[in-house]
Amino acid sequence: MKILISSSGPTLDAAFNPRFGRADFFITVDTAGGEWSAQENPGLKSGHGAGIQAAQIASQAGVEAVISGHFGPKAHDTLEAAQIRMFEAHGGSVADVVEQFKSGALHEV
Amino acid sequence: MKIAIASGKGGTGKTTVSINLALALAAAKLPVQVVDCDVEEPNAALFLHPELKERAGVDLLIPQVDAEACDLCGVCSEVCQSNAIVTLAKRVLVFPELCHGCGSCTANCPHGAISEVPRRIGEVERGNAGAIHFAQGRLNVGEALAVPVVRRLREWLRDDCTVLIDAPPGASCPMVEAIRGADFVLLVTEPTPFGLHDLKGAAEVARELGMPLGVVINRADIGDAGVEQWCAREEIPVLLRIPFDRRIAEAYSEGIPLLTARPELAPVFLDLQRAIGAILEAQA
Repeated sequence: MKILISSSGPTLDAAFNPRFGRADFFITVDTAGGEWSAQENPGLKSGHGAGIQAAQIASQAGVEAVISGHFGPKAHDTLEAAQIRMFEAHGGSVADVVEQFKSGALHEV
Repeated sequence: MKIAIASGKGGTGKTTVSINLALALAAAKLPVQVVDCDVEEPNAALFLHPELKERAGVDLLIPQVDAEACDLCGVCSEVCQSNAIVTLAKRVLVFPELCHGCGSCTANCPHGAISEVPRRIGEVERGNAGAIHFAQGRLNVGEALAVPVVRRLREWLRDDCTVLIDAPPGASCPMVEAIRGADFVLLVTEPTPFGLHDLKGAAEVARELGMPLGVVINRADIGDAGVEQWCAREEIPVLLRIPFDRRIAEAYSEGIPLLTARPELAPVFLDLQRAIGAILEAQA
């Protein structure tokens, strides 16, 4: 399954960032094969609607689920419209969060 | 003459200055208009009790996407500066509350799939309070964009009298929209570190717009000397100092204008208008 995680850095050992629209990077991971890629968050420069923009990135990346710390109402609505599932994590590295997701430990919004 | 009455900090006395200047001019048989551009909480009417005879809605044109004609190319989302229209894998989603109504998405859609529909965000009203011409705008509760309401209100500024524009507090877009084009900016402040901090921001905006400015210090006899010292250093004239007076505060809390409570102060406000006139004349 392809998932997107909000991150503080561009690698799997970077710290998970609980802010969705205002995260520094987004890391897309394929949980089956382990392939991953990182992209900078253009929403850091947005005045408004950073969460919406982040949800659009997730939709265009074709992920089935996103993992962050909190989803604002507009990000939530956008992800719901895009039929992307939302999971909440608390901390650790991006790799830790991926493992938590795979083990079913994360809470689904 | 159009005088914008502004302040960085809220609650310094913009409305007090606007309405009492208007009352003093009206009492001297001079034509005057008060335009309350503080559309998030217009309150000049609480003191002037105008009879409002005309009302108009303020609408933004927001996009409506025809799903049949849309091929999800994403151009609309790319051109939107407000993230108000988002292209998802299977559909386009519009967030009306983020849309500034600029029309870029509609103009740039290569498939003609976007049409515009009006969305009401506020209203403007006008009428008279005795001899005083009056207009005000009101932004609907929950709306974020004050600028379109202020812009609509500007259409009602008169050319045949002294216009007093009661601007929204702050130094951001709604304040800029209210003061731009006025002949003079009167910045109302209080002699406190907060008052000085926000005065600096508002003065910077007025200077950026190339507008002549002056300061009114409210509750001038309490607080500190920071505002006076800064104005002297910046060569910004302090045109009026209103003393702290419990009678003024009590009257205000009952919706009674300062000049009704202290009619002997009327010449002070006429002097204020004359001082502004003299500055403008000296510049011309």
